[in-house]
Amino acid sequence: MSPLVVGNLSHSFGGVRALDGVSLQLQAGERRAIIGTNGAGKTTLFNVINGQLALSSGEIWILGTNATRLSVHRRAALGLARTFQVTSLFPHLSVLHNMIVAVAALSRFHFVFWRPVTAHAEIVARAQDMLAVWNLWDYRDQPVANLSYGVQRQLEIVLALAGNPKLLLLDEPMAGLSASETHLASDIILNLDRAITVLLIEHDLAAAFRIADRVTAMDQGRVVAEGNAG
Amino acid sequence: MHSLVSRLVAIGLVLLLAVVVPTLSVYQIELVTQMLIYAIFAMSLDILLGYTGLPSLGHAAYFGLAAYATAILSLRLHVPFALAAPARIAASVVAAALFNLLALRTSRGYYLMITLALSQLLWSLAVSWTELTGGDNGLPGLERPRLPWFPWLLTSASGFFYLTLFVFLVSTIALWVFVRSPVGYALKGVRENEARMRALGYAVWQYKYFASIVAAFFAGVAGELFVYLNGFVSPSALSVTVSAQVLIMVLVGAAGTLFGPMLGAVVFVLLQYVVSTYTERWLFVIGIMYLVIALYAPQGALTFLWVRLRRRTRRVV
Repeated sequence: MSPLVVGNLSHSFGGVRALDGVSLQLQAGERRAIIGTNGAGKTTLFNVINGQLALSSGEIWILGTNATRLSVHRRAALGLARTFQVTSLFPHLSVLHNMIVAVAALSRFHFVFWRPVTAHAEIVARAQDMLAVWNLWDYRDQPVANLSYGVQRQLEIVLALAGNPKLLLLDEPMAGLSASETHLASDIILNLDRAITVLLIEHDLAAAFRIADRVTAMDQGRVVAEGNAG
Repeated sequence: MHSLVSRLVAIGLVLLLAVVVPTLSVYQIELVTQMLIYAIFAMSLDILLGYTGLPSLGHAAYFGLAAYATAILSLRLHVPFALAAPARIAASVVAAALFNLLALRTSRGYYLMITLALSQLLWSLAVSWTELTGGDNGLPGLERPRLPWFPWLLTSASGFFYLTLFVFLVSTIALWVFVRSPVGYALKGVRENEARMRALGYAVWQYKYFASIVAAFFAGVAGELFVYLNGFVSPSALSVTVSAQVLIMVLVGAAGTLFGPMLGAVVFVLLQYVVSTYTERWLFVIGIMYLVIALYAPQGALTFLWVRLRRRTRRVV
């Protein structure tokens, strides 16, 4: 079963056709990079797959389910997670609080209001484990707004992994990072479990080719080329 | 350790209140009772404003509705206290459930405006439906009930104070658990970043809807205590002035904390008591105080004091 199949996707912003008949199919465990100039429609494609933007036409199948008309949170429940081009965290909450919110999202306790979070040891333990595994433990009590940009980008990826996704969309995870931070971020992505299929937008072509198995090039809302990265 | 100290301080304060307040004059006991009622009311709004990021200028609707439901069921329909108990607060909850089907289609500033409009709707109903609500004259003559399970007579000021203190404690504990629960954590996430919450898998609308119902429930609890404290309800309980007052209590104290709105309520009632002995224009003075706090301590007085205290402690260390 293909984790992601999109067929003939179109989306317009007023008179501007941001996506024009985009079709794409990913294999399980694949790392696919999407490259293209600014305005090529890459982020719009992510927003449409994620459900943040409505489709003008086309179909989206996520992990074997027709997700075309599903809301954002229902797509997440299918196993789709994403990061954003502009860092999208909870800036006034601590790193641990961010992590707990992310871990609780798809747990069976997400709508419990009669017991404190701390009574759900498995949520707190998993949040703490993830921070330790991804080298964020030392920041756990700091408000996210106080973190460096590089650490925030790292946390952005870790939050997306909290719900054990099967399909991960990474929107320019290396944007704005220093050379060493870029190396660290690409290592994080390279070390992801192959059970997770990754679709990645990246402007840093060296990093994109280092991570991806296949590359899709977009221009003016269309797929113009596709091939192996090697 | 820090949490243990906070709890011991809180228990100490409650014990102090329980021992000292009944020794005061009737007027002073009722003043403290009013502070506790407003504290519940302010905490309820804080669930919306401080924790969920929904600024409401119509929260008096739920407070006043419960007060009217209590008075109407007792004075007009002569329903026994115990039978009417769930119905009174249910009035606020049902109103919130209906209002927010509409109001939650908007957010931020628009939410503020639509909650104001909806609460004004109830206010005008209270003014114009004279046969049921008594119009501008309101509904006087409500007597406090006898509660067989409660050791004090509610007709006395200290008896009613103890009941209010009991309800205040139960409400505070319930809200303390609520804001620390997975739902409370999620509400803070909604306040900070809705798009991220959706991407994580949260049905954001349901959380906001639930928060508005919880907030209305506790506003209803405060409204019911308020009407029994005064023995009377009038359209002013539903007015935009009351909505603005409770908003100021939350903002002055510190939105997003439970203790902040309590502090805001205490400061508000105290100022009202002190300033109104000198001038009828006490709201003007409170307005100036709010301006000063908005300019110099926009995070609220509690956060301002807390930051100062921590800085001073560090210097000493």
